[in-house]
Amino acid sequence: MQKEEQHVHDGMVPEDILQRWETRGVSRRDFMKFCSVMTATLALPVTMMGKIAEAIEGDNRPPVLWMEFLGCTGDTEAFLRANQPTATEIILDYLSIDYHETLMAAAGHQAEEAKRQTMEKYKGKYIAIVEGSIPTAEGGIHCTVGGNSALNIVREVCGDAAVTIAVGSCASFGGIPAAAPNPTGAISVSKAVPGATVMNLPGCPLNATNLTAAIVHFLTFGRLPATDSLGRPKFAYGKRIHDNCERRAHFDAGQYAEGFGDAGHRQGWCLYKLGCKGPETFHNCPTVRYNEGTSWPVQAGHGCIGCSEPQFWDTMTPFYERLPNVPGFGVEATADKIGLGIAAATAVAFGAHGVASALRKDDNSDADPVEKEG
Amino acid sequence: MLQIRYVWEWPVRLTHWFNVISIIALAVTGIYIGNPIISVPETGSFVMGWMRVVHFGFAYLFSVSVIVRLLWMFFGNEYASWRAFMPWLTKEGWSHIVGTFCYYTFLRRKVPYVVGHNALAAMAYSFVFLLFAVQVISGFSLYGQYDPNGLWASVTAPFLSLFSNQVLRLTHHMITWLLIGFAIHHVYSAWLMDVKEKNGTLSSIFGGYKFIDPKDL
Ligand code: HEM
Ligand code: SF4
Repeated sequence: MQKEEQHVHDGMVPEDILQRWETRGVSRRDFMKFCSVMTATLALPVTMMGKIAEAIEGDNRPPVLWMEFLGCTGDTEAFLRANQPTATEIILDYLSIDYHETLMAAAGHQAEEAKRQTMEKYKGKYIAIVEGSIPTAEGGIHCTVGGNSALNIVREVCGDAAVTIAVGSCASFGGIPAAAPNPTGAISVSKAVPGATVMNLPGCPLNATNLTAAIVHFLTFGRLPATDSLGRPKFAYGKRIHDNCERRAHFDAGQYAEGFGDAGHRQGWCLYKLGCKGPETFHNCPTVRYNEGTSWPVQAGHGCIGCSEPQFWDTMTPFYERLPNVPGFGVEATADKIGLGIAAATAVAFGAHGVASALRKDDNSDADPVEKEG
Repeated sequence: MLQIRYVWEWPVRLTHWFNVISIIALAVTGIYIGNPIISVPETGSFVMGWMRVVHFGFAYLFSVSVIVRLLWMFFGNEYASWRAFMPWLTKEGWSHIVGTFCYYTFLRRKVPYVVGHNALAAMAYSFVFLLFAVQVISGFSLYGQYDPNGLWASVTAPFLSLFSNQVLRLTHHMITWLLIGFAIHHVYSAWLMDVKEKNGTLSSIFGGYKFIDPKDL
């Protein structure tokens, strides 16, 4: 018994904190759930729950400037629909988001002025969040806010931030605006501001739980979580979708849906032959899922399209084929048709050559010491 | 006088046959991995699982075999040497290239007679070794993805950042077909030379010996 009590105590959130959240309208159950989801997502020991709860409350919480450039606001949408519980309440309300084009009440010069003040007052301390990629062609005129180009803004704001978080595939890797032929010369945040500390949270949209967890990590430990060579936090992008997928047993068994709605598809078989890019994609979708942890594409019956990988629009297409098209051949020509063609052509060519060579009698070596019988 | 010459030393023959077995196993399992046509009713089966286990097992065997053969190019006899694979480096080699080409295209009566590889075959082998290398590199790059913090992932990281994993996968897939094409050509040419040179080309890769009449050289 004693051991169990000790265990509960380790992960406990201090009573006064729970009470304060209750007065703010977040039930203790919801708040505990939030803390436990955060520890789980960040793969921290449960004993860290108390520390996380304290950190979210600390008085030195940095303000956030959220900028939107070439994007679809999908990441903002995903974040607003985050539930854990109502990240809107805990993170949005409680963190001071001083600038967010979609959310803020202020507009025009007033809003720009607020941003400037935050940047001055909290120089080197605030968190910059960027959604969307940054166009560079023709001096960056393809995206301007308040008469200033996205490139200038992102350099100013991210240059003075404590950390920058690139949310979504566009900000992280250029995404859809940067897909070939990339008419606006769109680039990622880390390319636009080479000197800044940028963490990438790719995904189309990003998973709001991962963003919340990254912020919580920053509040708790004063730094962003460990990242991989693409600047993605390992807690969220350290495993392939394919290696955590609930359909994996069907993959290993050899059970594949051949078409949408066929018997295999209805039985939840693996979507590999429908072009699933789970084997190519690193993301924690299978464990964290989307929309209040309800589901994620593969669970819903659609193959992964690799949306969180660099240049996914160029490298992961066609979405319903396993392999890309062979460059230089027609769209319909699959790798296997071309391959079979090569093999067949070789067989035919050498077969014909063989017949001709067999009939040919004039090519014996001079010294052939062959005795013909009969 | 017909001479019996020891041409292919045992490491050459051994790696040759390891390559043959591995390529057959890798092509069969690989094509299944690329397009799993067998669909099983039981969830408890492990068809794709076994295909991948076999693929990765032979992948290691194949890689070791290729590396041993590449090293042997620096230790073996003149027929095994890296020089034998680059006939374009010498004048004599050039005349063999042209001669063999003319023979194959029926422009010339006799095959330029050589003890080791014929010049065109040697050039094809250099290209095939290149394909082997690309296959091993792309294979291990894809393989390493199961553990991005692991050894293989760190060794192959440059290739993955240079090419996307889908490009590596397509390359791996297409080279399989090129190797199948090569195998067809290779068996045919070996047969042709066996018949035309009558020096035991086909059996030489089993025993290592060829029967050479120095007058032909
Ligand atoms: C002659 C040598 C080889 C041949 C002919 C071959 C053939 C193939 C083929 C056709 C595929 C399917 C590609 C696709 O459509 O996705 C494949 C997949 C693969 N091969 Fe190879 N391969 C060879 C050597 C290797 C080596 C040396 C490795 C190193 C580990 C390797 C590792 C892999 C991996 C990891 C996959 C993907 C498996 C998966 O996604 O589950 N292969 N191979
Ligand atoms: S559905 Fe996709 S991710 Fe899941 S096991 Fe099949 S191929 Fe892998």
